[in-house]
Amino acid sequence: MPLLEVVDVQKRFGGLRAVAGTSLTVEAGEIVGLIGPNGAGKTTLFHLISGFLTPDAGGVRFSGEPTLGLRPHALCQRGLARTFQIVKPFHGLTVLENVRVGALARTPGFAEATARAREVIAFAGLEAKTDQLARALTLAERKRLELARALATEPRLLLLDEVMAGLTVGEAQEMVEILGVLRREFSLTLLVIEHVMKVVMTMCDRIVVLDHGEKLAEGTPAMVAGHRAVIDAYLGVASA
Amino acid sequence: MRWPGLTALLILLVLPHFLGSYLLTVFIFIFFYAYLGQAWNLLGGYGGQISLGHAAFVGVGAYTTTYLAMTYGLSPWIGMLIGGAAAALLGAVIGYLGFRFGLRGFYFILLTVAVAEICRLVVAHTDALGGALGLFITYTGDPWQFQFSDNRYYYYIALGLMLASMGTVAAVERTRLGAYLVAVREDEDASEALGVNTFRTKLAAIVLSAFLTGVGGTFYANYLFSLQPNTAFGIPLSVEIILRPIVGGAGTLMGPILGSFILSPLAEVSRIYFARGGLSGTHLIVYGLLLITVVLFLPRGAYPHLRRALERRRAHHG
Amino acid sequence: MTVTLLGQAALNGLLFGGIYSLMALGLSLIFGVMRVINIAHGDMMVWGSYLAFVLALRLGLDPFVSFVLCAAALFCLGLLVQRGLVSRVLDAPHEMQILLMLGVALVLENLALVVFGPDTRRTESAYGLATVWLGPFFVDVARLVTFVLALAFALTLYLFLYRSDFGALIRAAADNSYGALVVGADVGRIYTVAFGIGAACVGAAGALMSALLPFSPATGFSQTVASFNIVIIGGMGSLFGAFLGGLLVAVAESLGAVLMAPSLKELVSFVLLVVILLFRPQGLFGGKTG
Repeated sequence: MPLLEVVDVQKRFGGLRAVAGTSLTVEAGEIVGLIGPNGAGKTTLFHLISGFLTPDAGGVRFSGEPTLGLRPHALCQRGLARTFQIVKPFHGLTVLENVRVGALARTPGFAEATARAREVIAFAGLEAKTDQLARALTLAERKRLELARALATEPRLLLLDEVMAGLTVGEAQEMVEILGVLRREFSLTLLVIEHVMKVVMTMCDRIVVLDHGEKLAEGTPAMVAGHRAVIDAYLGVASA
Repeated sequence: MRWPGLTALLILLVLPHFLGSYLLTVFIFIFFYAYLGQAWNLLGGYGGQISLGHAAFVGVGAYTTTYLAMTYGLSPWIGMLIGGAAAALLGAVIGYLGFRFGLRGFYFILLTVAVAEICRLVVAHTDALGGALGLFITYTGDPWQFQFSDNRYYYYIALGLMLASMGTVAAVERTRLGAYLVAVREDEDASEALGVNTFRTKLAAIVLSAFLTGVGGTFYANYLFSLQPNTAFGIPLSVEIILRPIVGGAGTLMGPILGSFILSPLAEVSRIYFARGGLSGTHLIVYGLLLITVVLFLPRGAYPHLRRALERRRAHHG
Repeated sequence: MTVTLLGQAALNGLLFGGIYSLMALGLSLIFGVMRVINIAHGDMMVWGSYLAFVLALRLGLDPFVSFVLCAAALFCLGLLVQRGLVSRVLDAPHEMQILLMLGVALVLENLALVVFGPDTRRTESAYGLATVWLGPFFVDVARLVTFVLALAFALTLYLFLYRSDFGALIRAAADNSYGALVVGADVGRIYTVAFGIGAACVGAAGALMSALLPFSPATGFSQTVASFNIVIIGGMGSLFGAFLGGLLVAVAESLGAVLMAPSLKELVSFVLLVVILLFRPQGLFGGKTG
């Protein structure tokens, strides 16, 4: 049974068809990339999967169970976590307090959650900033905080929305390493929206290409890179 | 903050032996409004949901207790809890309506104002509750009826209430509810994505806040010995309630306390100094100016800035 | 409960509604242009009333003449408030803006209390209690004149906003302040003028109303709530909605006062406000929400 099944999901906003009958599956342990030009409906799809939006038609199944009507917090309890394209740190709270919120999803005990949060902070390399206010962090640090917070909820499936955006080459490299550890050590399943092709091609087991709300192509990185329609719509020729 | 806190507490405990009746009254109001402000602080400061209708909870608590005492002779000590529960119920209704229908910011403020005004008008038209004239409590001096001949008892009760509210908030700060509350205040969507049931969290905050405020209503009624719908449910009381935490520091434990120690004496001074004939509204002008000043220059309230200044001093000398 | 009686009440309400419309227009303009929620609105209006009262008392000026002066005076007040206070919090969270305006409201209301005392006043007007017959209905001349003047004021405002260059700038800033900046508009000045105009509207409304209804410093709060009631019913940010909403609410209140106990009228309007907040906060005419 796939961990995530998206079946023929549709969403309109007024006259705009943001997502027009898209389907995809994600098996446990995979890293699946979601790529496509801006406005292709990728983030909208994330909202639909994570419960922030309700599909007009079609459905989503997480771990075999339909997600219709479940609010994001309920899905998080079931093991579905996500990050946001524009990071949303709790500005007035410290890094520790930020991550602790995530940890409390799994560990209702305040002290235990705090301890767990410290572990995740260490893993994300933010130990030096534990007691700093989130608003004082750099963008790269905020991205790692966003990731740490989501990880603290101990998800089975993690949706990452353009986690590399705005990072320098060095910062992106660090992020890739962290994500690599996630897969190896935590056997975490990832669905990743990304524009940085190098990262997508090297990290992902499979890639799904979206354009104008529809699935354009799907397959291994090599397959997708050579796909005519994908090249025309998005990649261009020198894409490696 | 251990030693200064304990010293301050000790001073407050022995103060009544040195103060005359008038100053005692000033302190009673400082403690009482600090208590109400702290109760508001849970929802408005920590939760970030500003309410301008908290007087409704005071009124509901006050009228419930007084009605039960007058009709059934029920001791206000017990009536206090029932009044608190009644206020909590009203809070639950407001919270359910407001949060279920996604009212935030200004719209939520309007809802709280509207509900408080509705309560005021309903009570003013209910003869069983004294109508527009209100209820008057006859003086018996019976402690079981929450009446004391000596002002000092009210002092210690008010002090106790203030300390209890601080204890409650301090406890909440160290629980999941507290962590979730401030998260919801900072960013609701991010909170949802992290497993926070934002609706339930906000509802818990308003119910707890309303309960505490409602309990305070009993003190209000039995200290003033009279209740009028216009004062018990009115906007002026709601404004007094929110001013302490906002000036002192919303979302901090000491905020409402500091705010009350700043505002009440200020109000008294302007009342005494300017109260000649028609100048009775001056302390409210001072409130208004203070509010403007705080918003423009100390948006997080006096306490955070004070603490930072003290820390800088300590680092300098340390 | 004859039809004539209801019709009379409706007519009375309609004529009074011009003032409500002005009130709501001012509030809606301020919100529409800079997203500021002017809680001090009603208290500014009361100052408009007091100004008219004083002008009538000292200079014998009829409020139906002096309302222009009151509008001008409140315009200046609006400029000062926006320049000195509001402009500093335009980027702050909404709650901070509301608290700031609450502070302004407290100052205005209690300044009036200190200066004029708590008694209710009413401005003398030349038309006093004169009435005319309009078909089967009789009409207070004062009320009729008020309606005409309020309409004239609103029309002037409309012409300014839709036919003048600066008016176009204001509308542009309301629509898209960033875009307006790009085109080189002095957004700060636009905001200041817009706030001033909003205050002027309410100053005029206050002056006109002072001849029809008794007022005191305490009426400021209920005027603020009434204004918000109207604007929310008509749609926040929608000038047309505010105008129509004012007439609608005035007619509804007038009919309500006839059909039920006058003291329940306030209660009904608050319940209505709650219902609208819950089910259609964007008002009857859409408009941008906060």
